[in-house]
Amino acid sequence: MQGTSKYEIIQQLQKEVLALQGHRKAQAVPKESIGLDMILKAFPENSFPIAVHEFLSNNSENAAATNGFISGLLSKLLPSYGVIVWVSMQQLTYPVGLKWFSLHPDRIVFINLTNSKQVLWTIEEALKCTSVAAVVGELSELSFKQSRRLQLAVEASHVTGFIHRHNPTSENTVACVTRWKIQPVASITEQGLPGLGFPRWKVQLLKVRNGQPATWEIEWSAGNFHVREQQSLSTTIYKIKTG
Amino acid sequence: MKRRYVTIWFQHLVTDWMGRKHPELKQLPFVMAAPERGRMVVKAVNNIAQSKGIDEGMVVADCRAILPSLQVYDAVEGTHERLLHALAEWCIRYTPVVALDLPDGLILDTSGCPHLWGSEQAYIKDIYTKLTSYGYHIRIGMADTIGAAWAVARYGKNAIVETCMQVKALSPLPPAALRLDNVVADRLDKLGLKQISNLYQMPRNALKRRFGEMLLTRLDQALGQEAEFITAVKPVEPYQERLPCLEPIRTAKAIEIAIRKLLNRLCTQLGKKGKGLRRSLLTAYRIDGNIQKIGIGTNKASRHVEHLFKLFELKIPSIEPDLGIELFIMEAQDVEDMVTKQEAIWHEKERDQTAIAELLDRIAGKVGKEAIRKYLPDEHYMPERAFKSATTYDESPATSWRIDTPRPIHLLSKPEPIEVTVPIPDYPPMLFIYKGKLHNIRKADGPERIEQEWWLKAGLFRDYYCVEDEAGCRYWLFRSGHYKDGDPKWFLHGFFA
Repeated sequence: MQGTSKYEIIQQLQKEVLALQGHRKAQAVPKESIGLDMILKAFPENSFPIAVHEFLSNNSENAAATNGFISGLLSKLLPSYGVIVWVSMQQLTYPVGLKWFSLHPDRIVFINLTNSKQVLWTIEEALKCTSVAAVVGELSELSFKQSRRLQLAVEASHVTGFIHRHNPTSENTVACVTRWKIQPVASITEQGLPGLGFPRWKVQLLKVRNGQPATWEIEWSAGNFHVREQQSLSTTIYKIKTG
Repeated sequence: MKRRYVTIWFQHLVTDWMGRKHPELKQLPFVMAAPERGRMVVKAVNNIAQSKGIDEGMVVADCRAILPSLQVYDAVEGTHERLLHALAEWCIRYTPVVALDLPDGLILDTSGCPHLWGSEQAYIKDIYTKLTSYGYHIRIGMADTIGAAWAVARYGKNAIVETCMQVKALSPLPPAALRLDNVVADRLDKLGLKQISNLYQMPRNALKRRFGEMLLTRLDQALGQEAEFITAVKPVEPYQERLPCLEPIRTAKAIEIAIRKLLNRLCTQLGKKGKGLRRSLLTAYRIDGNIQKIGIGTNKASRHVEHLFKLFELKIPSIEPDLGIELFIMEAQDVEDMVTKQEAIWHEKERDQTAIAELLDRIAGKVGKEAIRKYLPDEHYMPERAFKSATTYDESPATSWRIDTPRPIHLLSKPEPIEVTVPIPDYPPMLFIYKGKLHNIRKADGPERIEQEWWLKAGLFRDYYCVEDEAGCRYWLFRSGHYKDGDPKWFLHGFFA
């Protein structure tokens, strides 16, 4: 124990604690291609956690922006093969539009259900299947107990889950590792040219377990994320305890 | 294997059955009659009445003149069919393939069965004694062909025709033994062709010209030169497993064990044949006679016990054991060839596909098959038709997804009407009101004109605009039709990310 400094010991312990808390790094993804270096800094060990991520949206515009951002994450953060299961109550997602986020729509199996119980059952069942690349679930209500079941399923199978809660009655505490809010912001065209620019969002990472909540403005262009400016929330919001 | 058939001829099917129901009738002459053209006509006659000269087709009044003590009962339409069906099911104890031979016979495909009774004589004797002890008057024939068995049952002296001896056995019998209709049989008789042996030497084309195609077919079938097929009353499932229970089963756990046992056996059976399960049915026979059924289906042929068990597990709650279940039968209704591929160490794709097919089976079993969709590009410009549902899970796109024109991430299944203010025609709107909320448009792209595909649907063309409001939200709007044709309607069709 001579050579180890206090700092190293703490680092080691922190890693062990993270492992106990079910944190798992994403598989080796080439960092250059992500364009999300700034964002990854918010997460423990600078890597996107394999866990259940919660996204909140309160209107149709935000819902579209959220699904766009999720599609971007799916195409950039996860391996480019494997099946994605997309569970929803009423399917609004337009398969042709997904291609704009470098996501092959024929990789996705859409499951359209009528009640939220079935949605939760299907999400959990899909999360348990290790051969699935990722699971996206769209529903409105998620209780703490339900979210913990999903998180436990993920910890066993290491499948990333994205839960998109549209119009929840309350922003209750859930066992998901992160909580995001995506809002569209005015696009910026090059040199003030007329017309629409690339999709641009205000991405708020409201909660992240063992990480640093932050807000960014992110643009999707040329098949990649580009963080335009960063404004850390840590000065204004102290770490919010999650889970 | 050499085929052997048994035919049973019930001489007094309906009346024997009446005698069985009312034993006091056994010693009395009686007939069953039904009204026909305003008279009562005899439909069935028992053996005592027949020996007194009464026959089917006679009028009841005439019969009464012959035999005043004759009893007459009402004949019910379809009785003999129902009776034969019940008897056919009873005969399944002798062979799995039993077919009806309307109006008064049964055909049993006994290939490979008689040796279980010791010999063919013992087999025939067993059938004969059992049925006669029930009160049926029967005659039995056994031969290599259905035709020969039928002939000896009705006209022969010995019940059993030895293998390959049908030519000799049929020779002395009248041509009517060939299952011919009455007109042909009468004509043969009139021409002096009293025995089937007379027909052997005749030129075939002469027989065909004079008596029709049917005579030749029947002759060939009886002699075994032409194949004849029968339809079994209960088709035999080739893959079936049964599990009788000593004690009636009432708990879910016990049903689980039963399903697991049956699946294990069924999958081993399928594995030997290189088949996989596509559809299966579990039938549970309750001790009170009720039958409970649950079925499963898979997307891909499978003989993975764990997976199939999970599919059944989802349906177990729908079984009502009530007093208890005494027998489980599991059938593979649909099987498919399944190739076992060699597993690669590093390549996990194959295993992944199986795992996903199994996941989708479970989901389909729980929520229904219609809920699961996979989309492929379709070559249409209209946004609603630019994609189609894949018919199978493995289908891969024939064309690529287009990204040359902007498409929203959310598309409303039905475009919603909006109110707009437009500065000049063919310009994007300045503002629009959607669900009572005003959106001022800051940026816009367009129009992108998409014509209606007139060969699919009539309608106006659409001019699509991508717009962004002051809050930064992006929408996909369209105008339907020209300005010059009046006030065109505007719609919101999608949301961009």
